Amino acid sequence: MNDTAVRHTALTTYVLALGDDALILAQRLGQWVTQAPQIEEDIALANISLDLLGQARTLLGYAGEIEDAGRDEDDLAFLREESDFRNVQLVEIPNGDFAVTIARQLVFSAYQYELYRALVDSADATLAGLAAKAVKEVAYHRDHARQWTLRLGDGTAESHTRMQNGVDRVWPYIEELLETWPVTGELPGVAVGPAPLRQGWAAFVEPVIADATLSVPQPTWRARGGRQGIHTEHLGHLLPEMQYLHRAHPGASW
Amino acid sequence: MSEPAVPTSGPDEPIGGTGSDLSAAGGHGAVPTSGVPVPTPTPAGRPRGRRGWPLWEVFVRARRGLSHQHVGSLHAPDEAMALRNARDVYTRRGEGVSIWVVPSSAIAASSPDEKDPFFDPALDKAYRHPTFYQVPDGVAHL
Repeated sequence: MNDTAVRHTALTTYVLALGDDALILAQRLGQWVTQAPQIEEDIALANISLDLLGQARTLLGYAGEIEDAGRDEDDLAFLREESDFRNVQLVEIPNGDFAVTIARQLVFSAYQYELYRALVDSADATLAGLAAKAVKEVAYHRDHARQWTLRLGDGTAESHTRMQNGVDRVWPYIEELLETWPVTGELPGVAVGPAPLRQGWAAFVEPVIADATLSVPQPTWRARGGRQGIHTEHLGHLLPEMQYLHRAHPGASW
Repeated sequence: MSEPAVPTSGPDEPIGGTGSDLSAAGGHGAVPTSGVPVPTPTPAGRPRGRRGWPLWEVFVRARRGLSHQHVGSLHAPDEAMALRNARDVYTRRGEGVSIWVVPSSAIAASSPDEKDPFFDPALDKAYRHPTFYQVPDGVAHL
């Protein structure tokens, strides 16, 4: 492949992966609807889910465009198999209790905030445009997670235990989120390598953990492989639920 | 005309629960009126809902130059979360540029029992309306 083709493929993969992160987390958060502790929180989580879904639509639509194989956002969301998804494993793990979800929101939205903030300056106009809009949405997601982490962590003994459990549950998935990712090296000026984001991520998350009287977990294992299409068993359960309608009624709309 | 049967329990009480008489005059955030049981104050002194979160009244300003309007109420553990919940519940379709939240317990409401002395005397005072003088020709924008 020549350089242009390499960049082209890399960009498709990159955009697809960012879109998959947003799509799968949107689906996970959507599962809270009617289940949240309060109706207000139900709506808050649904709003966050819909923000992410909006980002996913733009990203997957754009990935389909670059790929130029005639696949649109729906084809990419609903007709791919598990091993074709490029999301990090963090977004596919089950919601757990409210504290687990909040812990995941904290680490993911802190990452996504730094990502979009950097993508605003991307040489790719579509990514830069999406990022400029999405960074405001994610700033709110991040704040929402921070507020809840503080309250649960520094709340009652029960809420503290659950919040610590939540943080412990998601910490092994952080390295995958923040590590260097080969494809970004092929897209200088366009993509944001996750590693440079680590500093901003830590500057936000670590004080929250400390203020919430939680301790930073020291996981003994780490997740890897999501970006290569290796997923936890949980994605295999999430996808049929998400894709069922489209597959049963191809092209259905309302 | 008979009133339609409206559930009178607030959002923090079991349906058909205590039979308390809550006025929804200020929106669907029901305000306890006199002579009805008021939610028992917790040690912290605030009435709390079934799940322990106090009730807040939400006011939204639609755009600059307008005043804040009461839009409804919600439950939240504290004022910071009440603002965020209000943002999610009441402004997600672009309804506002500013939000106030006020603890429902901080609102003093007029009572239905006082309706006559409060409001009836105003009904037959036509002279309080500025309709008894001629507007001179040539006065614009009056």
